[in-house]
Amino acid sequence: MNKILCECGHENLEGTKLCQKCGSPLTEEEKGKKIADMRYEGTAIRSKTYNKSVIDKIWNFFSSVKVGISLIIINLIAASIGTILPQEFYISVATEEEKKQYYSDVYGWFGEVYYALGLSDLYSSLWFQILVLMLGVSIIIASIDRGFPLHKSLTNQRVKRHINFMKRQRIVANGAVTEQQEQTLELVEQKLKALKYNVRREDKAIMAEKGRFSRYGAYVNHVGLIVFIVGVMLHLVPGFYVDESMWLREGETRAIPGMDGYFLKNEKFILETYDNDPQGEQLKQGVNTMAKNYQTNVTLYKQADDAVPGQADNLQEVKSYEIRVNHPLKHEGYAVYQMDYRLNELKTMIFDLSNKATDESLGQISIDLANPQDEYDLGNGAKVRLMGYYPDFSGFKEGVPQTASQTPNNPAFIFKMYTPETPDGETSFVAIQQTLEPDGENIYKMKFANVEMRNMSGLMVRYDKTIPMLFVGGIIFMIGVAIGSYWNHRRIWIEQLADGTVRLAAHTNKNWFGMKKDLDALTSHAHLPHYVDQQELENNENAEIEKDGKTL
Amino acid sequence: MEQKKKRSIMRGVILVILAIAIGYTVYAAITKDKIEIIAAGAEAPDFEVIDLNGEKHRLKDYKGQGVLLNFWGTWCAPCEREFPAMERQYEPFKEQGVQIIAVNFAQSEFEVEKYVTNMGMTFPVAIDKTKSVFTAYNIGPLPTSIFIKPDGTIDRIITGEMSEVEIIQYLESIKPE
Repeated sequence: MNKILCECGHENLEGTKLCQKCGSPLTEEEKGKKIADMRYEGTAIRSKTYNKSVIDKIWNFFSSVKVGISLIIINLIAASIGTILPQEFYISVATEEEKKQYYSDVYGWFGEVYYALGLSDLYSSLWFQILVLMLGVSIIIASIDRGFPLHKSLTNQRVKRHINFMKRQRIVANGAVTEQQEQTLELVEQKLKALKYNVRREDKAIMAEKGRFSRYGAYVNHVGLIVFIVGVMLHLVPGFYVDESMWLREGETRAIPGMDGYFLKNEKFILETYDNDPQGEQLKQGVNTMAKNYQTNVTLYKQADDAVPGQADNLQEVKSYEIRVNHPLKHEGYAVYQMDYRLNELKTMIFDLSNKATDESLGQISIDLANPQDEYDLGNGAKVRLMGYYPDFSGFKEGVPQTASQTPNNPAFIFKMYTPETPDGETSFVAIQQTLEPDGENIYKMKFANVEMRNMSGLMVRYDKTIPMLFVGGIIFMIGVAIGSYWNHRRIWIEQLADGTVRLAAHTNKNWFGMKKDLDALTSHAHLPHYVDQQELENNENAEIEKDGKTL
Repeated sequence: MEQKKKRSIMRGVILVILAIAIGYTVYAAITKDKIEIIAAGAEAPDFEVIDLNGEKHRLKDYKGQGVLLNFWGTWCAPCEREFPAMERQYEPFKEQGVQIIAVNFAQSEFEVEKYVTNMGMTFPVAIDKTKSVFTAYNIGPLPTSIFIKPDGTIDRIITGEMSEVEIIQYLESIKPE
């Protein structure tokens, strides 16, 4: 490895701009500058030192600030594209076909293209996740690449700096002290301490420093970001994150998806509306009723500890709860939210067994559509046998009734009716607004009498162990931002030469105004020569040259 | 020289760690629906169902035998089409140590019993009233058939209708040695 030997005798790493010990400029480029580049203290940024092996090349790619900023911009653009149309996650259709249909129906050709490009599920797409992770890598590598050298040079600062270093700071002062020459350094030290600087003294040189930790702000907020990204990543690791939804009918008990061993029973779904006369906006938008409350009364059950799926007997009641919007059922880190509802699904159908001619009734049967019975005995010598039940009747296929789903949307029944008059039984096919009598004219019929409805609750099951981590990441990030923005790193170097004159230089990473105020106080207290802001001088010169150019 | 080598190793190690983290995240993202639950090669979750005849069937008790676990519903036409083939293969394969269990999607006993009588199914049929076996196996569309090897691991998952040739072929592959 090549080392650069400084005139002070210190060996510096290749790529170093300012000597790590005395601050003397080492490169030709650096020597040509009027004001030293104080970023990273002129240390060799690791990635810029070597660029030979593949590892170095990958490393350099990710450590580049340009690459990092490009990644941030690309990420932002990609993420915002995902917000143009709602993501698949938020539309309630199940199959790919339905999704495709939904996007083209609702958003036309744009929706079709959006879906075809996979933008409808952008946040879980491979390329998006790779982008986010690349940003993460860039943050980590850039922090390592710049953070460690910076830390090293900040901790290894020498009190006495090279004249070239001093001369090339933005603020410099040079000259004789106006009064009390012998005490100058004592006065300086005294004042700087009063201004809460950390003061180090070596012979005739003083270095004062304040707020060094603010230089670490950027790295602290990088750490916060990394913690946050890791937290988001953990969503994908089993056991850290559950996000499931379930439909639960009133009276139904079912296993909770994502919450092993737990069962939920829907006791009742309640929808309450405001009892008001529509007015104003409500009328304009054609809204008649306004919801006041969506509520699902549930009972949570737990399986025995050693039970396996399918063993649903012996459930132990855990608790009853009324789930409302923003009031989820909470248990062991899980939360069950009220999300959706469907009203009025057929639950029970009641029929009259009645004589077609006289309309005289032999009694009623009530069929629980979730649990129909084989036989309903009316007691007076009449009974009805249920021969077939089709919850969602969709027509006949080769003479056999078909059902399209298991939901009782359009129930149909085949009854065999036994009465004292018809001991052999009469067969009747009964569907909504449709009755067929396959064996010819019947004497009796099943006359529809009444119906009972039930509601369905759409619930969402959430479990997130990563929240504390996201929280901690966010807090660290904010602390980093605060450290970096509200404090600044001020340094003052002063050297008294043999002839009694004083040489001063000062640097801060931000807030030069504050720095100058400190210097003003110091100058008048210790009777120092006036300082100059070299950058201001340079700017003024440039401005004047420009002006001259224009007048010419 | 020494330091350069050390630096390369350090950078290499850091890059490898990051690459592994990315790789895992991406893999988990792609397979997130199935990762924890079921995939070919994974251990089949244990379960217990009671069939229409009141007999208990526990997966654990079938260790050493192959098991075809079929999830179905009475409204599902492809289920109906594949049952006769399954029925024909039930007896011959049972003798060779392969069991078939059909699990219904929480329908009423009335419907399921009528359906089974009609179809003439002789293999055990159970109703998953609380949908807990469906949930444990993360079942989406019906029919879904899970072929479980004698060692209790999943051999393959077939979503949708199977032909008789396929049924025979898959049952052959989960036969005990």
